[in-house]
Amino acid sequence: MSTATRRLRARPRPASPPARKPFRWGRALIYVALILAAAFYLLPVYLLVITGMKSFAEVSLATMWDWPSGIHFDSFVKAWFGSPSEGIRGLNSNFMNSIYLAIPATLGSALLGSLNGYVLAKWKFRGSDILFPLMLFGMFIPYQSILIPLVQTLQRIGLYGSIPGLIFVHIVYGIPITTLIFRNYYAAIPSELLEASKIDGASLFGIYRHILLPISMPGFVVVIIWQFTSVWNDFLFGVIVTSRPNVQPITVALNNMAGSYIVEWNVQMAGSLLAALPTLLVYILLGRYFMRGLLAGSLKG
Amino acid sequence: MASVTYEHVYKRFGDVIAVNDLNIEIADKEFLVFVGPSGCGKTTSLRLLAGLEEISDGRILIGDRVVNDVPPKDRDIAMVFQSYALYPHMSVYDNMAFGLKLRKVPKAEIDKKVKEAAEILGIGQFLDRKPKQLSGGQRQRVAVGRAIVRNPKVFLFDEPLSNLDAKLRVQTRAEISKLHQRLGTTFIYVTHDQVEAMTMASRIAVMKDGILQQIDTPQNLYDHPSNVFVAGFIGSPSMNFFEATVVEQDGKLYVDGGSFKVNIPENKKADYMPQKGKKVVFGIRPEDIYAAQYAAPGINPAPVKADVDVSELMGNEIFLYLLSGNKSFIARVDPRTHARPGETLDLVMNMDNMHLFDPQTEKTLDVI
Repeated sequence: MSTATRRLRARPRPASPPARKPFRWGRALIYVALILAAAFYLLPVYLLVITGMKSFAEVSLATMWDWPSGIHFDSFVKAWFGSPSEGIRGLNSNFMNSIYLAIPATLGSALLGSLNGYVLAKWKFRGSDILFPLMLFGMFIPYQSILIPLVQTLQRIGLYGSIPGLIFVHIVYGIPITTLIFRNYYAAIPSELLEASKIDGASLFGIYRHILLPISMPGFVVVIIWQFTSVWNDFLFGVIVTSRPNVQPITVALNNMAGSYIVEWNVQMAGSLLAALPTLLVYILLGRYFMRGLLAGSLKG
Repeated sequence: MASVTYEHVYKRFGDVIAVNDLNIEIADKEFLVFVGPSGCGKTTSLRLLAGLEEISDGRILIGDRVVNDVPPKDRDIAMVFQSYALYPHMSVYDNMAFGLKLRKVPKAEIDKKVKEAAEILGIGQFLDRKPKQLSGGQRQRVAVGRAIVRNPKVFLFDEPLSNLDAKLRVQTRAEISKLHQRLGTTFIYVTHDQVEAMTMASRIAVMKDGILQQIDTPQNLYDHPSNVFVAGFIGSPSMNFFEATVVEQDGKLYVDGGSFKVNIPENKKADYMPQKGKKVVFGIRPEDIYAAQYAAPGINPAPVKADVDVSELMGNEIFLYLLSGNKSFIARVDPRTHARPGETLDLVMNMDNMHLFDPQTEKTLDVI
């Protein structure tokens, strides 16, 4: 990819040097505007951080923009470990619940999406042109409309109120989008590659395992980021499926942390920051592969 | 090693008939080339044999085994694709070893076979590289190597040279011919390039619109095309065609093209007598038209006059674009010929190599 963009950039250069200087002011303006917009978008994060640093006494609407009196991590500790005397449950066990939820749900839906995408892109069967839009249709069903049958189904199969139940829901709800992404990814892979391996002796699943899976990493990165983020951030399914606090994911637990009479905003903010960290980390670690994965199809000739 | 037989093979894609009643018997160790313009069904014919497409009707046999329902991997064939279709994440070695690994061949034997094939193809030093680190020509060799190690009964090639540059193509052409001699296996090769077909094939199958037009040795195809399409497709530049009438005058037969009239040789008179008074298509190859003063000895010459339109010097010969009346045609003449555009030139046609075709059916009227 880098060579391709370099080549693209290199080409207009000889023709344009005289046109560059007057451009600089405009460019500076653009940057100023962008920085302002970024700062505006980061304001809530700023509030999150400074409020988390404050003590309960410091928190008030009047002083919400002020700096904290010092760098204190008490609220973070309290949010993480809880405070039995005040009746606050720590988020640490719920954080782990979310990990146990998000990782299998992400990998499961990614793997199923990849298998679906492979078959739908490369093994067209009778009715596949109907099946694929039907699967995509699943993406457009509002969550709210399926809650009652969802709960009933989970109760019937004995998964209601458990993390495996929630994993199951997220895998099923993730299949349409992961199938779509993988189908498009695999459609760009030349069929001759599969035909060559067919002649070489690979079976339907052998082709997937030996040929397609090893070159699917960019597709997997896109899907994993997408699914991990949406599973981790999900609130609705979590609150519906898990009623007992010890199996709730962090988003639900965070909501429950706010007491009914007083909200300790500093602890709440610290908890929110903790809850948001993993998705941030995933973006930071895999973000560049995300862009690369989205662009891979268009850049490779 | 095996023969291949197509028996009344049809392939339909919806309403389109891609292959229409194909009947060919390909002998063991033969080098058969399917040739034709794009969309003529030649690649489909090959893919039917490979098992990548299902046959709509008819039978295909490899040896004496009907392979209609045999999956590709069990047909004992190997195929080289136009795009080479190398596995991008595997090294050259693994690309070649993949088929053997899947067949659970012992490691030592795989190693021996891959190294042997790499030796034959001169890619021994690239075995650890990935396909993207190789040039087009090297990739092409790896694709051939992947086929060789399998030691198949039949080799299939689907336009394997069309992604190479012109010089490499000529070189690789010779290498594939050599490979065929060395391996002594049945080769079936698809190309749209009649030069590739002429140079490599032991027999050529010319296809058009899903129908086999003619199948014969390169020489016979060139000398005795069975219809206008084959006559025009084989040979470069293409054969010239003129609408003409066969007439008799003073006991001799002539081809009357309106602006010219050429004598049919005595030895062919009897063959063409039935055409007397009928409209025909007269065909003559550019290489059978000479500038009068440089005519080859021993030919059966018929003099013709024509106006020079364009003259292209190729070094060893000149392509003359000529006009007779308002009909244009091409001649490949001696490089010493002086012909300036606008001049009228004396030419002779070698009537030993004339062809007549039926204007309706386009089939040959020659008697072989």
